[in-house]
Amino acid sequence: MTAPKTLYDKIWDAHVAHTSEDGTCLLYIDRHLVHEVTSPQAFEGLRMANRTVRAPEKTIAVPDHNVPTTLDRAKGIDNEESRIQVEALDKNAKDFGIHYYPVSDVRQGIVHIVGPEQGWTLPGMTVVCGDSHTATHGAFGALAHGIGTSEVEHVLATQTLIQKKSKNMKVEITGQLRPGVTAKDITLSVIGETGTAGGTGYVIEYCGQAIRDLSMEGRMTVCNMAIEGGARAGLIAPDEKTFEYCKGRAHAPKGAAWEAALAYWKTLFSDDGAHFDKVVTIKGEDIAPVVTWGTSPEDVLPITASVPAPSDFDGGKVDAVARSLEYMGLNSGTPLSEVEIDTVFIGSCTNGRIEDLRAAAEILKGKKIKDGMRAMVVPGSGLVRAQAEEEGLADIFLEAGFEWRLAGCSMCLAMNPDQLAPGERCAATSNRNFEGRQGRGGRTHLMSPAMAAAAAVTGKLTDVRELI
Amino acid sequence: MDKFEKLSGVAAPMPLINIDTDMIIPKVFLKTIKRSGLGVNLFDEMRYDDDRAEIPDFVLNKAQYRSAEILVAGDNFGCGSSREHAPWAIKDFGIRCIISTSFADIFYNNCFKNGVLPIILPQEQVDALMKDAEKGSNARIEIDLADQTVTSSDGDVYSFEVDAFKKHCLLNGLDDIGLTMEKVGSIDNYEAKLSSERPWV
Repeated sequence: MTAPKTLYDKIWDAHVAHTSEDGTCLLYIDRHLVHEVTSPQAFEGLRMANRTVRAPEKTIAVPDHNVPTTLDRAKGIDNEESRIQVEALDKNAKDFGIHYYPVSDVRQGIVHIVGPEQGWTLPGMTVVCGDSHTATHGAFGALAHGIGTSEVEHVLATQTLIQKKSKNMKVEITGQLRPGVTAKDITLSVIGETGTAGGTGYVIEYCGQAIRDLSMEGRMTVCNMAIEGGARAGLIAPDEKTFEYCKGRAHAPKGAAWEAALAYWKTLFSDDGAHFDKVVTIKGEDIAPVVTWGTSPEDVLPITASVPAPSDFDGGKVDAVARSLEYMGLNSGTPLSEVEIDTVFIGSCTNGRIEDLRAAAEILKGKKIKDGMRAMVVPGSGLVRAQAEEEGLADIFLEAGFEWRLAGCSMCLAMNPDQLAPGERCAATSNRNFEGRQGRGGRTHLMSPAMAAAAAVTGKLTDVRELI
Repeated sequence: MDKFEKLSGVAAPMPLINIDTDMIIPKVFLKTIKRSGLGVNLFDEMRYDDDRAEIPDFVLNKAQYRSAEILVAGDNFGCGSSREHAPWAIKDFGIRCIISTSFADIFYNNCFKNGVLPIILPQEQVDALMKDAEKGSNARIEIDLADQTVTSSDGDVYSFEVDAFKKHCLLNGLDDIGLTMEKVGSIDNYEAKLSSERPWV
């Protein structure tokens, strides 16, 4: 009998194409997702070396970071550099014969939303993309992580990555979440607990009843931010919800192939007694709706708390917090629920899926955003947008005073015109609150879609439980 | 890729922890379709004011650090995005080595693909080198990749760990893709096995 294996061990072992004497492996890649920002240099590298894409049928490209999300985007991209990047992807997709969803395609959207939606992402696969939030796909029990452009070129040319295995970490969320607490609160609370470097060198498997109870959308939110905790990837073992989500998707297997795949997928779980190098356990009941107050995703507190002081911390964090508070324009001791905001952004690969829009709309139904508030919803894909319109969510957003945009990364990283002005304070459902992330001098508070919707209504960071 | 063997140079101190990829190279500079020319925008928002004038207090704007080839940095350097523009900008500025207690995983890997050596040392050694770096151009730090040592300006020698394969590639300036192509038979075999065992992939 073989030793018990973790889910990560099983997926890893199934993908090793070659092992060198020093333990360095060639890991076979089942799906390679590509976007316009981190790929042009890789395709150029192929051309210069006279190489081709080894497995174009496993390579999927979609422009998302630079694309405008305004309704008039069919007229083209004003910013010349952005336009050149998107045009380069158009050309590279055509020249190398890879799957492509251009800006004009209703299926276009954020690469990490399009992959699962189209059935490209399936349990047990290895999935990579030149984007750190590739961890999202781990929600399907796929080993998914971000890579740099040199590695993008390596995968294009060889369909493998040179890798050494990471360590195993288990993050267990026991019990049940309280009302008003969501997947975003779980993932932020975990980072608050472990720190942004707590997962460095590990692949995390999220488990426990509170994770099982999440929808696939919620699980994608949790895994999406594994990278913010420093982990190479986050994983959740597939179950009936996973299989149900995948079934019938455009690129999911059908018929006998589906049955064969399903039989295999059902073996994808951590065996009893499998070894984890690090274990973190959090009670679901202890998680509150949270917001970030600083410029690192680990700067997380329950909405009922107050802005901390540098003296509350140790070591290098003391100076970092002082710098953060200065940048964020916050005073220690101010209750977080008194912090006034200017802008609300609902979207991104973290929270741009249909369930996120439903949660925000539920709060906004019959309400108006505060006077002077700038608020936008940017659906994660054209299909999410279409579904939200069909369900009447778009009307709720529009009646509340939100802008209803086309799909893209938008204000999560502000590479397109959706940006914060210096000093502008934003309640955002995205994943990073770094200095300048949403625009030079912009101030970001991360939170769940329901919390962001609540903030839009009151004009302040708000405990969503007061509105439900 | 450029080789990295030995380096003796001035080190710039950046004690701030969690220096992220948005600080290293803000997203407005990710729109390039080239790998070169990003050095002028390294740490752009910390380095220049709103009128694009240099902020004199920023370490790399100080006369003694303008030609720094080494960076001594706080914990968790390079956290955030997978953008390889971060090591491209660092390299283009002229920095070939970064020393810290820890690095974010993707950034760490990206450095090796670009002839930049990230070195992990214990806190007290990083603290000592940070003090060294604060002496400016009076203190030169020496790096020897083959011996896996960092030598402070006072002659203290610290050993560091580095993956044998990454070291080999960096010492010899080897191209990863070329090396993997030599194992193409293994990839062919794997794909043959895949088409029978997991044909839906």
